[in-house]
Amino acid sequence: MPDATGLELLAGELRDADADGVLDTLFFRDKSVLLVAPAFVPAALEHLRGKGFRALMSVHGVDYFPEEPRLGVHYELLDMHEVDRITVKTRVSTEDPHVPSVTPAWPTANHQEREIFDLFGVHFDGHPNLTRILMPDDYEGHPQRRDFPVGGEPVLFTHNETKSPGWWK
Amino acid sequence: MEITRHQDGAKSLQQTEFRARQLKARDMLNGDLDEADLEQHVRESIVTTTVDKALAWARGNSIYPMTFGLACCAIEMMSTVGSRVDVARFGWEAYRGSPRQCDLLILSGRVSIKMAPIIRRVWDQMLEPKWAISMGACCSSMGVFNNYAIVPADKFMPIAVHVPGCPPRPEALMHGILKLRQHILDDPDEGWRARYGGFGTEEVFPTDSIAVNVPGGEEGQGA
Amino acid sequence: MQAERSEDAVSDVVQPGLREQTIDVSSVDTSELHEELLTLNFGPVHPATHGVLRLIAQLDGEVIRDIKPVIGYVHTGIEKTAEDKSYWKVIPVVERMDYLAYMFNPMAFCGAVETLAQIEVPPRGQYLRVIHMELNRILSHLVWLGTSCLDLGAISMFWYCFRDRETINDLFEMSTGQRMHTRYIQVGGVFEDVPPGWEAKVREFCAEMPSRVDQFAALLDNNEIFNQRMRDVATVDEQTLLDLGITGPLLRASGNPWDLRKAAPYCSYDHFDFQIPVGTVGDNYDRYSCRLQEMRESVKIVTQALDGLPEGAYVTEDRKYALPPRHELATSMEALIHHFKLVTEGFRVPPGEAYYPIESPRGELACFVRSDGSSKPARVHMREPSFVNLQAITTMSKDLYLADFIATLAMLDPILGGIDR
Repeated sequence: MPDATGLELLAGELRDADADGVLDTLFFRDKSVLLVAPAFVPAALEHLRGKGFRALMSVHGVDYFPEEPRLGVHYELLDMHEVDRITVKTRVSTEDPHVPSVTPAWPTANHQEREIFDLFGVHFDGHPNLTRILMPDDYEGHPQRRDFPVGGEPVLFTHNETKSPGWWK
Repeated sequence: MEITRHQDGAKSLQQTEFRARQLKARDMLNGDLDEADLEQHVRESIVTTTVDKALAWARGNSIYPMTFGLACCAIEMMSTVGSRVDVARFGWEAYRGSPRQCDLLILSGRVSIKMAPIIRRVWDQMLEPKWAISMGACCSSMGVFNNYAIVPADKFMPIAVHVPGCPPRPEALMHGILKLRQHILDDPDEGWRARYGGFGTEEVFPTDSIAVNVPGGEEGQGA
Repeated sequence: MQAERSEDAVSDVVQPGLREQTIDVSSVDTSELHEELLTLNFGPVHPATHGVLRLIAQLDGEVIRDIKPVIGYVHTGIEKTAEDKSYWKVIPVVERMDYLAYMFNPMAFCGAVETLAQIEVPPRGQYLRVIHMELNRILSHLVWLGTSCLDLGAISMFWYCFRDRETINDLFEMSTGQRMHTRYIQVGGVFEDVPPGWEAKVREFCAEMPSRVDQFAALLDNNEIFNQRMRDVATVDEQTLLDLGITGPLLRASGNPWDLRKAAPYCSYDHFDFQIPVGTVGDNYDRYSCRLQEMRESVKIVTQALDGLPEGAYVTEDRKYALPPRHELATSMEALIHHFKLVTEGFRVPPGEAYYPIESPRGELACFVRSDGSSKPARVHMREPSFVNLQAITTMSKDLYLADFIATLAMLDPILGGIDR
């Protein structure tokens, strides 16, 4: 992992490119994290690619409800030669959930960004095919958000067998 | 000390019996047996049954299940086909890919809301008589994941046997299979609607549909 | 089939399968011919897709021009369910994602939680985890081999592979109580120590397994049909695979020896001496060979782990995270209180986020856990290798015959439970 000083150097370089790009750095449990503004994400990833982090391992979403901005998108980068990992995180709110897509530059993000769109509602601008991937196409709502109910059916145990819903009727 | 010598005697008794039966059978075929003898011979040696029972026997011992693995239970269903718990002992090993050729749908795994209409369509494409086994806790009763994405199988199709477990051992699935086989051998009603009282659930097609193989009527009624 | 087509034809000249004879259609008047691509749906219910995978293929005769996977047919909302349950209870839920690698899913999750809570797993616990994970790797490859050969038509392999799978299932049942989805790997170590007699049975299995793998190889390696179907089919270069984020045996078959067990060892993997099988050409045959050889290497790891199995605790001594042994409940008040807290509320994990990658039979399996300080995780996400690997299917099956595509899909080893979660 780039250690804490290495992380600050990286952050410094990124701030040289765009002063408002990097919002924060974090070194937690031996892992480096860069918090960037949504619009700066592709540029940050490209810069890190130049630094050797050439593999994008994972793009996943998080819902930080009730903290604002609520929706987070995390990019896990891997440097195979140095065996280094670094995470780039960005946060958007539900009112304006737009993040530029990194799929053109990193083809591996294709399905993963679609999954975040499906389950969280984050729009990736520039994605070739931003449609629902896991839920049915006409599903309404974004299930992985924290305020979406878990749902489920009442299970028939012996004590409530008389209240059988009788679905077959 | 008493030494009983049943074996030899029994064997020779069986041998004489067998020989006697052979001679009687030969006489019957020649037409040489008279009334009383003939009746007794028929009573002893020919199994009479109804055609329905014979059909049920044949049907129950040669079910074609469908290759329908959904999730983890599918692996245990494949184990049932494997050599330790061998479903071929009962004649049920001929898994077919096409629902038109199958009698049995083993729902092995969790049924998601995206998959449910497809399963129902596959079920409708199967020809009567047909049965379904709901294998595992997820399709029987939501299982481990009681949430927005799963549907219990009872909600959209009739299930004959529910096999609990997560995943059920191959022996447990075999127990469910044997229960179903007993049910089939007992010659139940053929239509699933008659068996489960599911009348009123027929699909009704509009008259101007392009489905030409739907039986006629004022509104074409589907299966 | 190499066909001479007129200049205004839709498709280019096709060059697959040079062993077929050429058919000359130049004498046919093709000016009236209208060619278009056939869109064919491989429904979710299909015997050759490994699970409920739907593929929409654009076919030019028998040749695939484009194929798109449609997934979601076994989406179970596992990650959502995991947010609703305490950390201990998430383990069985998360196990059922990649349902053939049911020791790896909880390993990734427990690793992430242990990172957050800064728990040390004792050496015996680590070694037991390794033994179970490697046995699971062999099991996963066996099921893959059995079902793939079923797709290819070598149907006997299915029974041979499942016979060995039954032996491994018996071992798991002896040590954990369940054949599949054992919830054996817990936060801080493993659930229970292995019973006496288990080690002998595992050694028996390890003594027999290499010869079984040799039998599989004897059946398939030099089989003419197998070779014709697999050699030089669906060759993809390493850089394309890296761009698509592919890891695991798929990447190793194309020559890149990336394996997290060697590159970034976790859970005492650096104590063991084993090799990473790497392919040379990057075709389907290499993918098959890599996995076959991985089975042999896993047997070596299990044997070494058994030889070096340390004595001691199998789960962390920190009673705030792991249950105390039952005999202590009768004598120690603290043990009773810890037991009560753990069973009713569960343990609390310090707030933070962790990403823990491991090497599953299909590639890099990682678990992202976000904790907000309570006893239930705020977000659990599994970076599933099958989900990412499936994106390669379009590239891998360009201009392949349909039959070769089925073989390629089998070699990709997708597990829909992991893809859809």
